[in-house]
Amino acid sequence: MAALTLLEARGLVCHFGGLRAVDGVDIDLAPDEVHALIGPNGAGKSTLVGLLAGRIAAQAGSIRLGGRDITRLPAHRRVRQGIAYTFQITQIFARLSVFDNMALAVQGGAARPGGRPALKREVAGALDRVGLADRAGEVAGTLSYGHQRLLEIALGLALRPRLLILDEPTQGLAAAEIAAFKRLVAGLPPRTAVLLIEHNMEVVMELAQRITVLNFGQVLASGPPAAIRADAAVQAAYLGG
Amino acid sequence: MRGGGLLPVAGLLGVLAAGQWLLPAYHHANLVRIMVLALYATGYNIAFGYTGLLSLGHALFFAAGLYGASFAATLAGLPPGAALAAGTAAGGLAAAAVGVLALRTAGVAFMIVTLMFAQAGWLAILALGPWTRGDEGIVLPDAARALAGFDLSDDAVRYPLALALFAAGLLACLWLVRSRAGRVMVAMRENEERARMLGYDPFRVKLAALAISGTYAGAAGAAYALMFGYAGASLASVQYSILPLLWVLVGGAGTVAGPFVGCLLMFYLIDYASSLTSATLLLVGLALLVLVLFAPRGILGTLREKGVRWLP
Ligand SMILES: Nc1ncnc2c1ncn2[C@@H]1O[C@H](COP(=O)(O)OP(=O)(O)O)[C@@H](O)[C@H]1O
Ligand SMILES: [Mg+2]
Repeated sequence: MAALTLLEARGLVCHFGGLRAVDGVDIDLAPDEVHALIGPNGAGKSTLVGLLAGRIAAQAGSIRLGGRDITRLPAHRRVRQGIAYTFQITQIFARLSVFDNMALAVQGGAARPGGRPALKREVAGALDRVGLADRAGEVAGTLSYGHQRLLEIALGLALRPRLLILDEPTQGLAAAEIAAFKRLVAGLPPRTAVLLIEHNMEVVMELAQRITVLNFGQVLASGPPAAIRADAAVQAAYLGG
Repeated sequence: MRGGGLLPVAGLLGVLAAGQWLLPAYHHANLVRIMVLALYATGYNIAFGYTGLLSLGHALFFAAGLYGASFAATLAGLPPGAALAAGTAAGGLAAAAVGVLALRTAGVAFMIVTLMFAQAGWLAILALGPWTRGDEGIVLPDAARALAGFDLSDDAVRYPLALALFAAGLLACLWLVRSRAGRVMVAMRENEERARMLGYDPFRVKLAALAISGTYAGAAGAAYALMFGYAGASLASVQYSILPLLWVLVGGAGTVAGPFVGCLLMFYLIDYASSLTSATLLLVGLALLVLVLFAPRGILGTLREKGVRWLP
């Protein structure tokens, strides 16, 4: 069974002063699943994925990726190990061209293509997957908000990650863009596992094979969508039951 | 961001080369100094303009080159070529050492920490009077400034030498900022957090940029000592940390030739202002105000923004 786990976190803790943002969380991700992380605002979702990506140091607990302990690995080394992270608040190189944004991502990932033709091919491929193929020459900061969100996702994809972490990716996207986003994410496994923080329950139910519900920094429930939907505690805390 | 840039740089170097024969003696002598200082500014631009590191401590790296070369020439009796190499290495090492500590901070804290290191260096130079002779400074003997039979105090000799150093620095800078490493430096300037989450180590990239920048400062300091035969504490003061920042801002941060343009302009502006009035700084201040109002990205930066896209 061990080989079926991509990421395995145990007893993760992150307190901000007296605030228990993440308070003893266990989470397992399979290499080929879309795993949704849901919970009310302030539940600790962003903090938890920050711990997994290495942006925040865990105060206790351990994280293993593909069997290897990465708890003490700095964020940039985790990226090279195959964890890609997209920010809740869009973070792109606003003054650089879309192509230059993407080139930095392609060359920052674990698999590094050699030479300029390979780079161009790789960039074009990743942009095409998010529907920004014709935008390579534009300055990233001049793109529309929705396109900037898509560029952020494309940066994650260009890293060729084993695990792609998406923090509220559909926030502010138009309906058509959300539909395209769903197709994109559904096509990522089995090569890439996805950990998806998402408020749009329709997106969650459609994409996720498993759901973990977080509340006050603790795991309230974890399981397949049908079980989560039926869970009384989840209904009380979150689904507005 | 990519493509040529070699042509305009070669053009500038060609014009400077012609200056060896065409310039009147007064300007010919001025340009020697300007090219040496522009080498310093070009290096400063690598840290500040391209990597976004606002250092207020580069005088320390300039001084490391200045005194590194001077001591190599006087105490160790090395020939000018070796003294130049020693000063260059001293600048790079000083910058790397400062960087290891100062790069734990960012923004204003980084400015303060680098400033403090440079002030400590300046005080140390004053305190080590028996060797450095403090403010009075060391005057290098003529023997230390003879390079393969040529006299480094002769403008006809030091002009091409200064040009060769500046050209090497400028071309290396152009090559660097066009390279993959150069684009990662720019990524740190533009959005460090994003760059980190694309797999780049901010500390390593910034440390490398600072060390390269310090190497330039060291080379310029060493050349200054050898060509003008003097190393004094005033050249290690905070003024020499502010000046390259000013030159870069005037010429255009993040443009390859901006530091030279800024250095040239400020040199002649101060030269001209002091012939008019004793309130030189007032005139310089006014000029800077005009620049901030009409060309906030510096001269070349604003030109490039206005559509002169071939500027590197
Ligand atoms: N850097 C921080 N410093 C202090 N408190 C923080 C910090 N980051 C998050 N928090 C707090 O931790 C809690 C969890 O935040 P977050 O993980 O962003 O929740 P979510 O993403 O589920 O909305 C919130 O109460 C938030 O205010
Ligand atoms: Mg959040």
